[in-house]
Amino acid sequence: MKLVTGVIQPHRLDDVKSALEAAGIRGMTVSEASGYGRQKGHTEVYRGAEYTVDLVPKVRIEVLVGDADAPSVVDVVVNAAQTGKIGDGKVWTVPVDDVARVRTGEHGDAAL
Amino acid sequence: MELDTGATAWMLTSASLVLLMTPGLALFYGGMVRGKSVLNMMMMSFGAIAVTGVIYVLWGWSMSYGADIGGILGNPFDQFALQGAIYDEAGEFLIDDFGVPAIVGVGFQATFAIITVALISGAIADRVKFGTWMVFVALWVTFAYFPMAHMVWGGGLLSGDGPFVIGDAAPIDFAGGTVVHINAGAAALVLALVVGKRKGFGTEPMRPHNLTLVMLGAALLWFGWFGFNGGSAFTADGFAGLAWVNTTAATAAAVLGWLVVEKLRDGSATSLGAASGIVAGLVAITPAAGSVSPLGSLAIGVIAGGLSAWAVGLKFKLGFDDSLDVVGIHLVAGLWGTVSIGLLATETGLLYGGGINQLAVQAIIAVVAIAFAAIVTYVLAIILKAVMGWRVSEEVEVNGIDLAVHGESAYEGLQSGSVIKEVRA
Repeated sequence: MKLVTGVIQPHRLDDVKSALEAAGIRGMTVSEASGYGRQKGHTEVYRGAEYTVDLVPKVRIEVLVGDADAPSVVDVVVNAAQTGKIGDGKVWTVPVDDVARVRTGEHGDAAL
Repeated sequence: MELDTGATAWMLTSASLVLLMTPGLALFYGGMVRGKSVLNMMMMSFGAIAVTGVIYVLWGWSMSYGADIGGILGNPFDQFALQGAIYDEAGEFLIDDFGVPAIVGVGFQATFAIITVALISGAIADRVKFGTWMVFVALWVTFAYFPMAHMVWGGGLLSGDGPFVIGDAAPIDFAGGTVVHINAGAAALVLALVVGKRKGFGTEPMRPHNLTLVMLGAALLWFGWFGFNGGSAFTADGFAGLAWVNTTAATAAAVLGWLVVEKLRDGSATSLGAASGIVAGLVAITPAAGSVSPLGSLAIGVIAGGLSAWAVGLKFKLGFDDSLDVVGIHLVAGLWGTVSIGLLATETGLLYGGGINQLAVQAIIAVVAIAFAAIVTYVLAIILKAVMGWRVSEEVEVNGIDLAVHGESAYEGLQSGSVIKEVRA
């Protein structure tokens, strides 16, 4: 099993969610995140005082999938999240030892 | 004098509108500070309502409008606790020259004292002991506000009965350019200097944490200001209507003035700029609302907006932490509004052929008001610094004053906890 994690532009979330649903992925966890990469922050001005805001708002999505599905899920996320501009984010996978479904107590692939 | 129910209804309404300004100010200021200190910021306004509300009925009214002592203040014991201020000898309600019961005037004037001292709190956001602030409120209204109200409106030194009358030009302060805005603005400057800067001032970003609160607060201030200026006609007549229209005209123009300066200087017309322009315009028209034309009000407003938009940058150049720009807005726009009467008053203004006298009178009362407010505030501030101390610890300031001082936090994050004890009656 793999955990696919993506940090994407917030406004791409709905498209990513639809694309994952179309690909048969039935659940995901979404959280608000802040960060920066090659995309610089921005400046804001309050009563003439100018501030740089270095951390940019992002959305983090997490999806648990079987080993075989992981590469295609990454591609689905990448394709749906892509705008081609700096700041589109990253998607990565890490191996997962075990998964348990809280409701039933099932383990492993059955819990996905 | 017969009771005028229309005038009385309007004055009760005006008093209520002006009282609403202070909670409005709490929102205006609260949104501008960081989220970790919003409750403290708002509590400084609500604390001002509580302390001043109590003091006003005890000796505030008497010190403002009681028997004159040297043209400086009213005798606090003359009408202490409002004795003699409500009923005549026959037990009937005292009625003023406009047919309004005197007790209604007491309520109206109390709300002015409350908002004036609350205005000062913006200069010392995020960093002062709540107890020191509450004591300051009591001392400042007693030694700065009530005497100033007496001098200007209670027949004292800065009124038409005082020495600063030149020819046909008597001092004009319709609703509080000197008493409210110069008074609070000068106090704010002195207090910011005595209290010192916030940790990180000028090096760390201190972004307003909720601009929607700021805009709501500005809207409530504008709404309340119709009582402030409209009620300063003391009756429901054309004069009140003129003040209403002048107030709106100046405020609208001030928003445009502020936004133009911002757009040219910073590149964006901001919501904080619009909210700030509203207040700058309201401040500037306050002393002038009864003596200028709507056209003159537009000029007063647009200049006030532009001037304050520029003046809020002074604190960075000069290095004082007037956190929420009480000086840049209330002192600067208050000064401009007070002096503008000398130019634009339709009966005595320079631009209306009235000569230089009114301008000179207005400049004199503005300077006297600044000096009086600055000296009194400085003495009170250094006494409090020695006796109680102004600043919370650096640790408290950095972590946020709400939790340490009030035992609360404004916004709920991810939390877990349990009940330690319940209060049982």
